[in-house]
Amino acid sequence: MSDNSDVPIQWRPSASHDALIKRARLLAQVRDFFALRRVLEVDVPVLGARTVSDPHLDSVYTELPQRYLQTSPEYFMKRLLATGCGPIYSLAKAFRAGDRGHRHNPEFTLLEWYRPGWDENQLMEELADLLVSVACVSHETAQRVSYRDIFLATVNLDPHQASLAALAELAGDVAQRDMSDESRATCLDVIFSFEIEARLPPGVVFVQDYPACMSALAQLGVDACGVTVARRFEVFLDRSELANGYFELLDADEQRRRFQSDNQQRRAMGKPEMLADEKLLAALEAGLPSCAGVALGIDRLLMHLMGAEHIAEVIAFAD
Amino acid sequence: MANYSTNEFRSGLKVMLDGDPCSIIDNEFVKPGKGQAFSRVRLKNLKTARVWERTFKSGESLEAADVSEQNMQYLYNDGEYWHFMEPDTYEQHQADKTSVGDTALWLREQDTCVVTLYNGSPLAVAAANHVDLEITETDPGLKGDTAQGGTKPATLSTGAVIKVPLFLNQGELVSVDTRTGEYIGRAKK
Repeated sequence: MSDNSDVPIQWRPSASHDALIKRARLLAQVRDFFALRRVLEVDVPVLGARTVSDPHLDSVYTELPQRYLQTSPEYFMKRLLATGCGPIYSLAKAFRAGDRGHRHNPEFTLLEWYRPGWDENQLMEELADLLVSVACVSHETAQRVSYRDIFLATVNLDPHQASLAALAELAGDVAQRDMSDESRATCLDVIFSFEIEARLPPGVVFVQDYPACMSALAQLGVDACGVTVARRFEVFLDRSELANGYFELLDADEQRRRFQSDNQQRRAMGKPEMLADEKLLAALEAGLPSCAGVALGIDRLLMHLMGAEHIAEVIAFAD
Repeated sequence: MANYSTNEFRSGLKVMLDGDPCSIIDNEFVKPGKGQAFSRVRLKNLKTARVWERTFKSGESLEAADVSEQNMQYLYNDGEYWHFMEPDTYEQHQADKTSVGDTALWLREQDTCVVTLYNGSPLAVAAANHVDLEITETDPGLKGDTAQGGTKPATLSTGAVIKVPLFLNQGELVSVDTRTGEYIGRAKK
């Protein structure tokens, strides 16, 4: 018996029955979309012996067995891709400790897919097709804009060329805190999330060619202005971030360097270091085919379809 | 005092910011694509009642503020301080003009009100939402004017001036909403 026997136990779902129906329909539509295009659904582990090293992602650790709940199916999917399995998708739960808010739940549903032989531009086209078929958006309204152009248009700063001091000053203004000790990437993120995101055009907006310092697992490339950029994109639907994609990094040595630099940052932040996933590195050494990949938040898409303000409205039992 | 990390921030939590005790109004988690997560927090400065908006990186923390709210009985005003008593311990506290503020207009001796204590001293005083006070001065009532919507000013025993219907007279007891200063109705003696 609970001590507070007069307080009723909240056992009911956080989502309406209508939301459950819409979720079931959306999952079925996504599976139909990929079945027609002959992309194979793969069901990879949620428990992994290794996990992401990204300093801004925290994995849930399970004591017995000693495993990490995966923040995305990426490493397992890349090991499949290295076997020559062809295009694959995963539609499953992912877990990010500490991510909690109006648009975040620590456990969420992630659609992730990879297209061997494609680059990020082809994948953006397919992502637009998916949104047209499941979210009733029209193809004509989907816009593409470079990270540089949206910065120039909104805050009149070139994100690649501006000095760190100028970025820190603007980030400090929009966040109302001292940003002078922050990295270039963090200043850019603050300016984007606090100032630019809310002023994006409505509908589907692809933002591409991210600064090189925000490359994560994307390859670097050179844009039309001759500047080195990350071949990474994000898509926003009515100003809400929906998906993040890459022309994927293939080089095992570069991947190992990024593991190391992630761990350096983790040490500086007082976070536990993460062992490099040697199986992923071995798969990259064996040869990952050139490919593009993207991960899309299904719960966010449902929020859009339902006009929901809080993610709990679209998850049967929000945490 | 303890420290609260951003993942413990929630509405109503009392924390220290820039040396002042504050109450968290709301906390929005912001996480850009692959980057650093932030909490955008709105806080009310409990000393000045001003609302601050601040951004914290996930994992940053604030010191807890030693702030508590207690029901107390209002005793009397000595010209400079307002005196309150805890009903259980009979412990008395004195509050100055800054902490009592406009609430002084609604304080009737013996009434219970909510005193916010910061490090053991009164920081703010809130009267009950509804108080009954006597009209000490107003124009004479107009009989038969109960149906009309007209109002007139009336001074209450605490010195507050509110608008009351025309039919009320000096010496009558009225119920007032202290949050708006509006007349609610007649009260029984």
